[in-house]
Amino acid sequence: MLKIGVPSKGRLMEKTFQWFGARGIAMRQTGNDREYSGAVEGIDGVELVLLSAGEIPRELSAGRIHLGVTGSDLVRDKLADWPAQVAELAPLGFGHADLVLAVPVAWIDVDTLDDLDAAAAAFRAAHGHRLRIATKYHRLVREFLTKNGVADYQLVDSQGATEGTVKNLTAEAIADITSTGETLRANHLKVLSDGLIHQSQAVLFLARAAEWGAGDRATLATLCARLGVTPPADL
Amino acid sequence: MTAKAAIRQEAESLFAAFRAEGAVPVETDILQTAETLLDLYGEDIRARAYVTTDPLRGEMMLRPDFTVPVVQAHMAHGAEPARYCYMGEVFRKQDSPGTRANEYLQVGFELFDRTAPEQADAQVFALFARLLAPLSLRAATGDIGILMAAVRGLSTTDRRKAALLRHIWRPNRFRALLDRFSGRAPMPAARAALLDHLQKDSPEALTRAAGTLVGLRSPEDIAARARALIDDAATPPIAAPEAALLYDLLSLQAPARAALNHLRGITPMLPAIAPAVDRFAARLDALDRLGTDTETLPFEASHGRTSLEYYDGFVFSFHAADPSLPPVASGGRYDALTAVLGQGRSIPAVGGVIRPGLVARLKGSV
Repeated sequence: MLKIGVPSKGRLMEKTFQWFGARGIAMRQTGNDREYSGAVEGIDGVELVLLSAGEIPRELSAGRIHLGVTGSDLVRDKLADWPAQVAELAPLGFGHADLVLAVPVAWIDVDTLDDLDAAAAAFRAAHGHRLRIATKYHRLVREFLTKNGVADYQLVDSQGATEGTVKNLTAEAIADITSTGETLRANHLKVLSDGLIHQSQAVLFLARAAEWGAGDRATLATLCARLGVTPPADL
Repeated sequence: MTAKAAIRQEAESLFAAFRAEGAVPVETDILQTAETLLDLYGEDIRARAYVTTDPLRGEMMLRPDFTVPVVQAHMAHGAEPARYCYMGEVFRKQDSPGTRANEYLQVGFELFDRTAPEQADAQVFALFARLLAPLSLRAATGDIGILMAAVRGLSTTDRRKAALLRHIWRPNRFRALLDRFSGRAPMPAARAALLDHLQKDSPEALTRAAGTLVGLRSPEDIAARARALIDDAATPPIAAPEAALLYDLLSLQAPARAALNHLRGITPMLPAIAPAVDRFAARLDALDRLGTDTETLPFEASHGRTSLEYYDGFVFSFHAADPSLPPVASGGRYDALTAVLGQGRSIPAVGGVIRPGLVARLKGSV
């Protein structure tokens, strides 16, 4: 059976069902709406696995599911060398969100990463510790800042209410997902003009580590033809 | 014999060779306090070292290198001068699947000596060259001290010099700053717009007008940098001939003696590098006396700038023919690191490490 992991609740699940439904593959939750089990109709040999969106990258990496729908931000952040572990089959066109770097709106001297770097150097000299950036996207943020030559910062982990960390004095800046920017503005923060780290959306991923038997490959070919996508040539 | 046992045997013979040079063996903990390492190297070390948590001691790292704990041990209770050797595992996360090891043995040698630093540089290099001679490796050398002296000698503001020195280990960023300070790159539009805005009123008034200020960075911090930006915008670019010398220095790559002649040639135009060039000359003389042919020894002024940031003088490495392999050995001078870790005290120090795993592999024993 070709296992396909789909977010187990909310808009992401509904939109995913709609996306597949529009292509002739009906997915639905079975049992009552609190039970995490599902069914697929319109194609043989495919099993639906309902999972937390945050766990789908790990399941893909381990090869316990063949395909999975999750945010491109989560895959890039949670998987080391992600292109070696998964292949992007199709962007799904929903779940859009930007991972951005934001600083207090009253920092009139900081507009770019270049400014942030200089401000971090001065901040460290004046306050005795590195400028703290609160985020849960450690890998993406660190790689972005390294690539852009920003130094004298440190990442502090924040798993929620990240925009509040600056006011609460546990961070000086933040990197978080935003769609409209309203929460940022409400918390007196602004996005750096070159502070877009990643434009995320829901993506259908293929797990390279999954067991791809002859039957699964045949199912994948049928599924891909139905969805109008091309399976990776190097699978 | 298993591969690990063969590598350990190689390590022990290198370790014995260091001891024969009078080095005192040091043992260090595998679990190192993360704070010290993060403070030194910044967030990048987190991507490279294994981080774990101790319920009482907080965040700890599996030893990513020996230099820091060896310097700490020396600063705490070492006599002078001192030479140390060590042998043990270091741990490095590898982010891409491949052949690079995440756990491997290092054997190292460190020399702490105030009297004749160039002599010490040469001794360490010659010792490594002698031990590695049977492998016919390619040596590479450099001297970050010359580059630092050149930056300090520029006729520009202290702020610009500090910005360049701070990024000396990040060649791309250094280059971008130098391009801007010397007028080779135009001012980015975002900076021009920012300056335009900053000139409209006092920084304090603009900060108040911008909205509610949250966080630890104070109005004074903001005003100080705003004023610094305005001052900097009025600073003339680094003069073209001087900038040209620095660009030339960044790309200087020649056999060591020829590099010295070249540097002697540009010293009259950049007099601040004279003491660093004299030290380079003294080091080459010392290397000659110890049997290294400095007519052919490769030298690159930018060598060692992409390693973890602590080398601030002589740097060296030894490479196998296969470019996919990491250096078999590397080292250099790190005087400033001893000052950072010595809490006010410091001592000139130079040293290096060999990877016995690679030595064994090149010898064909694993």
